[in-house]
Amino acid sequence: MTVSKIITLLPYQKPFLFVDGINTISEEGITGHYTFQKNETFYEGHFKNNPITPGVILTECMAQIGLVCLGIYLLKDELNSENLPKIALTAHQMDFYLPVFPEEKVTVISEKKVFRFNKLKCKVKMFNEKGELVAKGLISGMMKA
Amino acid sequence: MTNQELIAKLKAIVSPYIQDEEAFKNLSEDTDFVKDLKINSANLVDIILDIEDEFDIRLENEDMEKMLDVKSAMAIVNTKLAG
Repeated sequence: MTVSKIITLLPYQKPFLFVDGINTISEEGITGHYTFQKNETFYEGHFKNNPITPGVILTECMAQIGLVCLGIYLLKDELNSENLPKIALTAHQMDFYLPVFPEEKVTVISEKKVFRFNKLKCKVKMFNEKGELVAKGLISGMMKA
Repeated sequence: MTNQELIAKLKAIVSPYIQDEEAFKNLSEDTDFVKDLKINSANLVDIILDIEDEFDIRLENEDMEKMLDVKSAMAIVNTKLAG
């Protein structure tokens, strides 16, 4: 399955799509990236006159790249444009280390821990353009065709 | 392993994932994982994986589909251990 095919099978769209591209993907893991635009809707409120990307949005970006894109790849034989993946986030544990500001590009690296009985659990890290660790944690979801 | 020992092992395995304390206290062979203990689908998978580790067995999709309550979990574990 090609990278562009994976992105078209994502069940998200703007303003809640946080995947720009995929660098590498295999059965064991994925690396992808996203650049936060200056005009993302949440910057208006988080915070007043001081736009910083909310931790929940960083977690969402890590889940979309680290779990959903990887999950689509793992389910590749069962998916097509008529049969989009059915997904649900079921748990996450996340630690945050640095803020992410508007127009910053982040890279997400996810390593598969378990994919059995439709449950995908990954160890996911996010880095900024300087290669500094922004966040890391474990994300789990249910994923089926 | 007696049924009592098996129930005790299963009770220890499910305990981190239960949402209904009262149903857990009164756990019996008839206790349903989802309806009584209010366990979510992802944690049901965790229970399956923990059962595999505890009893050193391998469970398949059809076992997962059958494993809805304590009774069926006991039957599946006993079958796998015998096989």
